[in-house]
Amino acid sequence: MIAELGHFALILAFGVALIQALVPLIGAARGWAGWMAVGEPAASAQFLLIAASFGALTYAFVTSDFSLQLVWANSHTDKPLLYKISGVWGNHEGSMLLWVLILALFGAAAAWFGGALPPSLRARVLSVQAMIGASFLGFILFTSNPFTRLAQPPFNGQDLNPLLQDPGLAFHPPFLYLGYVGLSMAFSFAVAALIEGRVDAAWARWVRPWTLAAWVFLTIGIALGSWWAYYELGWGGFWFWDPVENASFMPWLLAAALLHSAIVVEKREALKSWTILLAIMAFGFSLIGTFIVRSGVITSVHSFASDPERGVYILAILGVFVGGALTLYAARAGAMQAKGVFSMVSRESALVMNNVLLAVAALVVFVGTIWPLVAEMFWDRKLSVGAPFFEKAFTPFMIALAIILPIGAVMPWKRGSIIKASQPLWGALVLALAVVALVWAVGTDRSAVALVGAGLGSWLVFGALAELWLRAAHRPARLLRLPRADWGKATAHAGLGVTFIGIALLTAWDMEDIRVAQVGEPFTVRGYEITLDKVEQIEGPNYLSTTATMTLREGGVVTAVLHPEKRVYPVQAMPTTEAAIDYRFTRDVYLVIGDAQDGGGWAVRTYIKPFANWIWAGCMMMALGGLLSLSDRRYRVAAGARRSAAPLAATPAE
Amino acid sequence: MLKRLILAVVLLASPVLAVQPDEVLPDPVLESRARELAKVLRCPVCQGENIDESNASISRDLRLLVRDRLLAGDSDGEVLDYVVGRYGEYVLFEPDRSGANLILWLVGPGVLLVALGGAAVFIRSRRPTDGPTEPALSDDERARLAEILRE
Repeated sequence: MIAELGHFALILAFGVALIQALVPLIGAARGWAGWMAVGEPAASAQFLLIAASFGALTYAFVTSDFSLQLVWANSHTDKPLLYKISGVWGNHEGSMLLWVLILALFGAAAAWFGGALPPSLRARVLSVQAMIGASFLGFILFTSNPFTRLAQPPFNGQDLNPLLQDPGLAFHPPFLYLGYVGLSMAFSFAVAALIEGRVDAAWARWVRPWTLAAWVFLTIGIALGSWWAYYELGWGGFWFWDPVENASFMPWLLAAALLHSAIVVEKREALKSWTILLAIMAFGFSLIGTFIVRSGVITSVHSFASDPERGVYILAILGVFVGGALTLYAARAGAMQAKGVFSMVSRESALVMNNVLLAVAALVVFVGTIWPLVAEMFWDRKLSVGAPFFEKAFTPFMIALAIILPIGAVMPWKRGSIIKASQPLWGALVLALAVVALVWAVGTDRSAVALVGAGLGSWLVFGALAELWLRAAHRPARLLRLPRADWGKATAHAGLGVTFIGIALLTAWDMEDIRVAQVGEPFTVRGYEITLDKVEQIEGPNYLSTTATMTLREGGVVTAVLHPEKRVYPVQAMPTTEAAIDYRFTRDVYLVIGDAQDGGGWAVRTYIKPFANWIWAGCMMMALGGLLSLSDRRYRVAAGARRSAAPLAATPAE
Repeated sequence: MLKRLILAVVLLASPVLAVQPDEVLPDPVLESRARELAKVLRCPVCQGENIDESNASISRDLRLLVRDRLLAGDSDGEVLDYVVGRYGEYVLFEPDRSGANLILWLVGPGVLLVALGGAAVFIRSRRPTDGPTEPALSDDERARLAEILRE
């Protein structure tokens, strides 16, 4: 019964979305205030209906209602509650439902908090948002209904893929979708602005927080996924350049570019048409990502729904929205008159360089991802494009970006001089070179990756600190009074540097040891003494585990007792490795237990992973920087200023 | 039920680790070359895994093949040619730089050059024209400004 109500709510939401797509758009074109006002309640209603539908599906999962085909295929009564809930989006149909739920949430948020927008712009934004919503609701209802019943409900379900039964992966998809779908707001604003034929600083001020929020979520989602791969897949890799990873990385790169170009629109009223194009492309790449994951045209570790019919439907959505938006862009971009003038050496030019590097880097990732498909179609060559290609073709862009970033960040608007603007950065440069020297001295292998990566990473970190010091006019007391946006910018840029350092030092210095370990006989890997104490068979809630107890000693002192596991999930008939990791500031010790060997003893893999944590710590700093920026006063002021009830809330500018 | 579980464990517990201890070559230099080669070779039956990470038995065969060729004195390039000759270019994670693949390799640098050129033209077009674009202050405004500055 509840499942049917959920299905019914979904159908109603589809109807509401169609109304929301048409009525406000016509209202805005004719100037009918009443029709325009329909958008707001419709957006709320659409969100509530989809939330009810999502709630019904969650209820079915939590109560293990195996008469639903989806629950039967992805759940089991023995599964812990957390994974019963995360199982809702651990499959194609449920994840699409989460997708539209978040889409409707963003639409509703624009309705709730967009009171200060010009009514026609708001009506058009809500209408475009509802068009996207309606097409995906239609996709769910016609090709991927999550509420399909089974005629004869089985006694128990088939369980969730064991790899997905993990806290990191439980929250990876929701964050990723918040990011993907958040970019739909930038898209809707871009299309609405094209219809209006007007882009100004106020528009950019509206688009930027949405893009920033989407980018923050995307950063967290990607970092969670990468961290999960690191500890779960059993060999400590953190990025594989897999098509599905690339699918999330391309929108991230473009969203980063969009954030920066929107600053130029907001502050200087230049780069307008390019910003609109970026907004369209960023969401376009989110849709391409959805297509890649769900059509199965490009084989990947992640693709969980390979169905050509669904692929064609998503391709049609992609074609209509991106094609339509680009056509509109071609017709209207001329109306975007740029105002601001600036010289060759200026903050504006530096941000143009940022955009060039990020956009071309995204293009390289895109071409590399689809190249196997292209090569097979046109030249009948079956080939692969993997990590070695991306490392060679993509990395130079990031190096160039890191070199110019701190200089661009301190460059004045309009007109500057590189020599003069870089003055405050000399200290940062000296410190970065000192770090290079340190890495040279500490490293035994003179690895270029370590030297370049650590040098550039520290250049970014010290550059961000130098910029804060400059903005505070060299007075410590002023540091805390700086706008949050300044802190956000410095934190995010320093976070990028920390991630650089982590990736470079991990790649250059990681070490692996494979051996047969006898119980009770210690062995040494790079100064760490490791003993396999015992191996036990343990029964978990829905799996069987071979758990080892291993002691890690440094200089004779016990630093950690670790329990690497090997699990078997009988229902899915699938083994997983659960590595045990001793996390420290400058290194991880990563242990994996393998099979019992014929001659006695166990296969054991030991990895020393220097600076691994820095990769994700840097990502979290980037996300935190985004949040700090998002909480900056001027957004609250912009939101509050036009609410006539609270004019006193705005404090006078210093 | 328990019997079935134990059976399942026995049947499934085997291939969890990728590289097995018995594969490792005694010569550390050759072994590290073998590991590097294993990272650029794709497992032919898996989805996007290299043979170093893969648990499939064909990946084990390939790893052993790579080590045999290294022991026979092949250079890295000869080993790759040998494997590609048998399994096709599909197993190479880094596509060669011949024929149509040149497009793949050149798209990054090529588009970067075009984009830089475009950006340069655009930035030049935004250059302030000679002389101030805003009209100079009128006498009244100048007087008012002087007044403000005096305060």
